[in-house]
Amino acid sequence: MALTGTFLITFLIVHAGINACIFLNDGGATFKTFAHFMSHNWIVRFLEIGLFAGLFLHIIQGLLLWAQNNKARPVRYQYNQPSKNSTWYSRSMGILGTLLLLFLIMHLNHFYVGTKIALYSGDQPHDLYKEMQEIFSNQIWVGLYLAGVVALFWHLYHGFQSAFQTFGLNHKRYTPVIRAAGTGYAVIICSLFALMPLAFYFHWIS
Amino acid sequence: MEHYHMNLTLKVWRQQNNQSKGQLETYQVKDISSEMSFLEMFDVLNEQLILEGKDPIAFDHDCREGICGMCSMYINGQAHGPWQQNTTCQLHMRAFKDGDTIVVEPWRSNAFPVVKDLVVDRSSFDRIIQAGGYISVNTGNAVDANAIPIDKKDADNAFMAAACIGCGACVATCKNGSAMLFVGAKVSQLALLPQGAPERESRVLNMVAQMDKEGFGNCTNTYACEAECPKGISVANIARLNSEYLKAGLSTEEK
Repeated sequence: MALTGTFLITFLIVHAGINACIFLNDGGATFKTFAHFMSHNWIVRFLEIGLFAGLFLHIIQGLLLWAQNNKARPVRYQYNQPSKNSTWYSRSMGILGTLLLLFLIMHLNHFYVGTKIALYSGDQPHDLYKEMQEIFSNQIWVGLYLAGVVALFWHLYHGFQSAFQTFGLNHKRYTPVIRAAGTGYAVIICSLFALMPLAFYFHWIS
Repeated sequence: MEHYHMNLTLKVWRQQNNQSKGQLETYQVKDISSEMSFLEMFDVLNEQLILEGKDPIAFDHDCREGICGMCSMYINGQAHGPWQQNTTCQLHMRAFKDGDTIVVEPWRSNAFPVVKDLVVDRSSFDRIIQAGGYISVNTGNAVDANAIPIDKKDADNAFMAAACIGCGACVATCKNGSAMLFVGAKVSQLALLPQGAPERESRVLNMVAQMDKEGFGNCTNTYACEAECPKGISVANIARLNSEYLKAGLSTEEK
């Protein structure tokens, strides 16, 4: 869980970084250069397979944990107050993950499937920048993307520091640094992602 | 602190044996002193039940000093009740006020089957200890305290891990029913000291294997265990268990 999670965490840095090029306000020129590189470089194509494998493994591991943990308490408490001893998001990784999966299905359908079909069938390559403009002019899509980012924030906020604990790293000096880095990571990545649909919707970038 | 008396409504889990289906039963207790311990309040209730010709409530207890780890009870949705770093026997009735309703349930875990009412069988913990939570050397006479040099912080951390009384509150409170805090403490207290070094690898591998066999859940780092542990055992012990397990798994020559 921690290993695949950390892998996906690194992917998000690349994803957010490249997409943030739209904020350069150059009509998507820099973004398009990167997008072209990402879809044509063979090393990236290879890593893409790894990304899907990592995501798939992360989901399978999550489901296995969920099944085992359910079995570990066959009779539930009649009255329980988990909020007295733990945060809601640390207990809700499964639900947040499920929401993220639903979001991903929508997201891949918007920006991935069509692009790939065009790439392999030799059609005119998709202009992702233009697609973003179109999709993010619809307030329902903008709302759903923002909801997805909120789910992602809480998932990362727990997941980042949790991964280090699972790797066996808990230290008086380093753990506060890891926690701060995790918070910073979740805030920065999610703010960048949230700003993208908003920027198109409100025409902050032209 | 002011001394007062209270009348309470208790909802207690009654279950005849492991096979039967249990349910919450409601009882009234009157004139309970705020200076009583929670278990003394249960003694009053049980005397009342005996006088009424009913079956008294079975519950675990031994030292009633907060050090043996025998008492359990999930009180108002929290292991060992509302106080922090406290066992049920050291929970006092001044934690409650007149007219309160208190729900009392047994630890709920697949690995802690209910024996009767609030008594659960925690021998799964014993079997984890038997799998490696010891050092198999003849100790002989006690040696001089400074004969083996041990770093102060290692000694402190080992001592803090050894404070675990094995009550099972970590398992009871964990949403996954995981025993990682218990096993983490038991592995740590020996892994930190030179006496534990020779069996370091086999210990952690065998104890974790037994833990999984007993049907405990997995740790998802919610840290509820640390918050509810009557001895304040740190989740740093779980991280140590993870790193010990990783290192042992990579370097062991055992199959």
